[in-house]
Amino acid sequence: MIEIRFHGRGGQGTVVASKALADALMIEGKWVQTFPEYGVERRGAPVVSFTRIDDKRIYLRCKIYQPDHVVVMDPTLMEVIDVTAGLKSGGWVIINSGKDPSFFEVPDKFRVRTFDATSVAVKYGLGSKAAPIVNMPMLAAFSKITGFVGLKALLEAVREESPIKKEENVQAAKEAFEKA
Amino acid sequence: MKKVVMGNHALSYGAMLARAQVIAAYPITPQTEVVGFLSELCADKLLDAKFIKVESEHSAMAASIGASAVGARTFTATSAQGLALMHEMLHWAVGARTPVVLGNINRAMGPPWTIWTDQNDSLSQRDTGLIQYYCESNQEVLDTVIQAFKVSENERVLLPAMIVLDAFVLSHTSEVVDMPDQELVDKYLPRRKATYRVDPKDPHSFGNLTGPDRYYELRYKIERSMREAEGLIKEADEEFDKLFGRKYGLIETHQIEDAETILVASATVAGTARTVVDELRAKGEKIGLVRVRVFRPFPFQEIRKAIENAHRVMVIDRNISFGHSGIFYQEVKAAMYNQPRRPPIFGYIAGLGGRDVTPETIAEIIEDAGKRDRSEEDIIWIGLKP
Repeated sequence: MIEIRFHGRGGQGTVVASKALADALMIEGKWVQTFPEYGVERRGAPVVSFTRIDDKRIYLRCKIYQPDHVVVMDPTLMEVIDVTAGLKSGGWVIINSGKDPSFFEVPDKFRVRTFDATSVAVKYGLGSKAAPIVNMPMLAAFSKITGFVGLKALLEAVREESPIKKEENVQAAKEAFEKA
Repeated sequence: MKKVVMGNHALSYGAMLARAQVIAAYPITPQTEVVGFLSELCADKLLDAKFIKVESEHSAMAASIGASAVGARTFTATSAQGLALMHEMLHWAVGARTPVVLGNINRAMGPPWTIWTDQNDSLSQRDTGLIQYYCESNQEVLDTVIQAFKVSENERVLLPAMIVLDAFVLSHTSEVVDMPDQELVDKYLPRRKATYRVDPKDPHSFGNLTGPDRYYELRYKIERSMREAEGLIKEADEEFDKLFGRKYGLIETHQIEDAETILVASATVAGTARTVVDELRAKGEKIGLVRVRVFRPFPFQEIRKAIENAHRVMVIDRNISFGHSGIFYQEVKAAMYNQPRRPPIFGYIAGLGGRDVTPETIAEIIEDAGKRDRSEEDIIWIGLKP
């Protein structure tokens, strides 16, 4: 079983990203389970969402305390919360940022990558320039870097889960997948 | 067709596929998505139902009773304080013999104000006469809506049924659900035909004043229907299996054949417990699991058979009857009292108000019970902070 934790801020589409990942993996024949951490969602406040993936039915029903990988939708979260809490050694930390991975001083036992999902989101008009919705390009970058999801299933899931601007989201995801 | 579906929408899809004709509901966290989605389905004409907006849960159930009384297939959903506000009308629905399927998202009762899961809301309705199903997965939620209509509307039953799912742990968790084919659902669950219904062309009085000379027998008939429902729930489940390839039973057992230690749990806690049982089995421990799916009618025979040969039984309750103990524990224990073989039964309380129940919680329970020979305490608290 693989467990993934998404960190974001309310309004960035973090919960939708974890759901779209689940959709894409289901399309590829996996069992999936995805759920947000509930209770504190407010626009701009830190949000956490989880996805479990397995080849067989998932019976486990509790939060994820030791994720295999984490996705960070907003680089400013790196200063306020420990996104690597409980993260397994060798796990990916994929951060939405144009900066070099070394900037974030993540411990050596993790694999770190950055991807500038914000500029892709802005380019395709997802959200506003001040508050871009980075979820789909970030999910695409995660899919490419980890190799968990193929482009075809990913785009199908992005189309399904984008509440508006479906084509723009698909194009943004495609571009992010190619660039990452 | 497979789809990643949240628990709340699994309820809505179930009502849609069952072709509910009347939906009356009032929104409450964490149930809101159930009725939000159903109102969309009605507005988009994907579901040909009358959606009645009401001003409270009491009215939601009152409207449901009215709809059911004229013979309509009726669905509603609520949670916690909403279910409590329905309480009077739940007794009414049972006494009036009006079948309604009610989805209840298990949310702990306030105050203190809370939105997270435990079972005290639904278990507080224990003695109303509702059929009660506790679900472990979103697939089971959807399938059980369809099954529950079949049982509830059966004229040997004519009792409302409540389908219970854990707040957030199921209600807001999305997972793979195989959507049943509408044609097959129609075959399984044809349109309701109500013999006894309010019909202006054929006037009768309903719910009239009933004196001591008849009331007693009417209660007897409700109990008889409840017992009848036990067999019909199994039948409906087996017929469902033939068409859709899935069944759940009154209880679900896992690895109990030679089990010396048996865990008894319900809802999603049972899923997590199963993962612990599998791990311990792999290490050679003789441990098994019983998941209680149907709480009312209480499956006495199946539970007795499942646990009578165990050396030690631990019941995990995500609920408490203050001044007594965990409610599933009371019921399981009572079911064994008059039996020739009755293993020691230990009652654990865990996960109230949405406290996470993890594999470590379950492991702690197993370890604790392993140190006890007899059950001397009526409540054993797990994970209690100082």
